Amino acid sequence: MNNVRDKKRANKSLPFFFRTEFKVFFTIILVSTILLISTFSFDTVPPILNRGIQPATFPKGLLVLIIVLTSIIYYLSFKRPWKKEKNLPKPFFLTIISFVLFIIISKTLDFFLAISVLSVFVSYYWGERRIFYLLLVSIIFPLVVFIFFEMILGLRFPPGIITNLYYY
Amino acid sequence: MMAPLFSSKLLLVLLFGTLFGLVLGVLPGLGPTTGGALILPFTMTLDPLSAIILLTSIYCAGTYGGAITAVLINTPGTPAAAATCLDGYPLAQKGEAGRALGMATVSSTVGGIFSVIVLVFFAPILANLAYEFGQPEYFALAIFGLTMLASIGDGSPIKNLIAGAFGILISTVGKDFMTSIDRFTYGINELSVGIGFIPVVVGLFAISEMLTQSTLLDQVFKRVALKAVKLPTKDDYKKTWKTILRSSGIGSFIGVLPAEGGTVASLIGYSEAKRFSKNPEEFGKGSVEGIAGAEAANNAATGGAMVPTLALGIPGSATTAVILTGLIIHGVRPGPDLFKEQPEFLYGIFGAMLVANILFFIFGFFGAKIFARITLVPNKILWPMIFAVSVCGTYSLSQSIIDVWIMLFFGVLGFFMRRYGFSVVPVIIGLILGELVEGTLRQSIVIFDGNWLMFLTRPIALTFFILSLIALAFPLIRSKKINKII
Repeated sequence: MNNVRDKKRANKSLPFFFRTEFKVFFTIILVSTILLISTFSFDTVPPILNRGIQPATFPKGLLVLIIVLTSIIYYLSFKRPWKKEKNLPKPFFLTIISFVLFIIISKTLDFFLAISVLSVFVSYYWGERRIFYLLLVSIIFPLVVFIFFEMILGLRFPPGIITNLYYY
Repeated sequence: MMAPLFSSKLLLVLLFGTLFGLVLGVLPGLGPTTGGALILPFTMTLDPLSAIILLTSIYCAGTYGGAITAVLINTPGTPAAAATCLDGYPLAQKGEAGRALGMATVSSTVGGIFSVIVLVFFAPILANLAYEFGQPEYFALAIFGLTMLASIGDGSPIKNLIAGAFGILISTVGKDFMTSIDRFTYGINELSVGIGFIPVVVGLFAISEMLTQSTLLDQVFKRVALKAVKLPTKDDYKKTWKTILRSSGIGSFIGVLPAEGGTVASLIGYSEAKRFSKNPEEFGKGSVEGIAGAEAANNAATGGAMVPTLALGIPGSATTAVILTGLIIHGVRPGPDLFKEQPEFLYGIFGAMLVANILFFIFGFFGAKIFARITLVPNKILWPMIFAVSVCGTYSLSQSIIDVWIMLFFGVLGFFMRRYGFSVVPVIIGLILGELVEGTLRQSIVIFDGNWLMFLTRPIALTFFILSLIALAFPLIRSKKINKII
C-alpha cells in the first residue's frame, strides 16, 4: 500500500521533463535527428554508377533504428515507477574540468604540461595531499612516460613550451 | 602447437603479459578489457604474433586475477569475478582465505586449459564451415552476433541494440569505402579517414572508468589477511571435481556465443553448481563448490570466446573485441583463410593461452599475497597515471591530437552510457563489425540485384536470421517484468 502511495507521490512530484528516462530519450532523439538531417546533405552517386544502395542509405537506416528503439524504451518506461537520479559528486565535475583544461593547455601551451596539470589537479581533488605523491604523478611519471615513448618507441610529441626544450 | 613459442622473445612477452594481466585483474575497475585497450597502442611496436600473445595472456591472467580481489576484499577485480565474491569472501572471513584462493586458482586453471582444448578442436571446424559463407551469410552472421550480444549481454536488450547500432554508425564516419563519398565528416579533414578503434576503445573503457572512479572515492575496502595460498585438500577435490568439469563445459559453451563471455558464464556456472550441489544451503556462506563453479566457468569462457573471434572474426566477449582490434590493426584478418594460410600463427596463440594458464597458476599460487598488495595503491595516484598512459598511447598511433580529443569525448560518453544503463561493449563490437555489416549488406544487394527477399533463399543466411529473431525474442519471452526489458 505504502509502495503504491510512494509511487503516486513520486509521479506527481516531478514534471516529465525532469525524469531521467525523458532526458535520455530527448538527448538520443535530438542527436539522432540532427545526424539524420545531415545525411540528406551527403553526396549521391549518379544513377549510372550506382550499384546497390546510396552511401547515405545505411547510416539513415541505423539512425531510424536508433530513434525507433529509443522511443520503445521511453514508451515502456511509463510503466515503471519514477526514480530520482543520484547527484554526481564534486570530484566528477572537477575531473571533467580537468579534461577541459587538458584540451586548452595541450592546444595552446604544451602536451606534457597539460598531462602534468591534469594529473596534479585530479590527484589533489581526489584527496591526495602528500607533496611527494603529487610530484610523482605530475612530474616524475609523465617524464618516465615521455622518455619511454620518445626514446624506446621513437614517437615525436607535438611541439610546445616544454617539449621544445628537449627537441631544440 | 608449442613450437612457435620456443623463442626467448615470445616467452618474455608471455611472461610479461601474464604478470601484467594479473595486476590488471587484481585492480578493481581495470581488468583485462581496459588493460588490453591501454596496451593496444604499444603492441604496434611488436610483430603480430607477439602482440596477440601479449593480449591473450593478459586476457587469461586478468580473468583469473579478478578472483584474488573478490576473495580478499569482496570486490570483483573484474566483472567476471562477481560470482566468486558470493562464497570466496565469506570463506576468507572464516580465516580460510588461502583455501578459497587455492580453489579459485585450481578451478581457473582447469577451466582455462579445458577451454584451450575446446578452442583447438572447434575453431578449425567452425572456420571450415565458414568456407561455405558468401557475403549474405556473413551479413546474417554479423547480425546474429549483434543480436546475441543484445540478448545475453549485460543490461537491457533494447539498450544493447541501440549501443550496437551506435557502434556501427561510428564505423560509417569518414569516406565511404565503396564510393569515397564523405559521411559525417563536416569538413574536418581528420575525420575523412574515419574514427580509429583505439581512441574509442581507450575512451569507452579507460577514461569512462576514470570518471566512474571519481564518483566512488568514498568507497572503503576492507582486506582480509592472507597467509599463503593452499592447494585444495582431497576432500575439496572430491566435492568439486564434477562442478569444475561442468562449469568448464558451461563456460566454454557460453564463451563461444557472441556475448559478454566470462561474466555471464560465471553466473551460470555458479547457479548450476548450486543446483547440482548436495549442500546448496552452504552457498553464499563460503562454499568451495561455489568458488569452483564460478571460477572454472569464467576462465573457460576465455578459450570459448576466442573460437568465433579467430574462426569468424566475430568477438565472443569484450576482451576478445579488443584482441580482434589488435588483429585488425596488425593487418591480420581472422576467418577461414587465416587457418589455411597462417596455421603457425594460430598454433602460437593456442600454445600461448595454454602456457598463460599454467603461468598464472604458478604466479597465483606463489604470488597472490604480493598481488593482493596492489589493491592498496590508491585511486588518486593510480588513475592520473593511467590517464597519462592512455593519452600518450592514443596519440602514438597516428600522432594526432584529434585522436586524444576523440578519446576524451568517448570517455565522457561512455560514463553517461553506463550511468543510464547502456553497456559500452556493444558499441565496440558494433564498431568492429560495422564495416563487415555494411560491406556485406551492400555487396549482397548488388549480388541480388536489389531484391532484398533473395536473402531468404540462402539457407545459411536464413538460419542466422531465424536465430537472430529467437535471440531477440528470448529475453522478451523470459522476462515477465517489464523493467527487465528496458
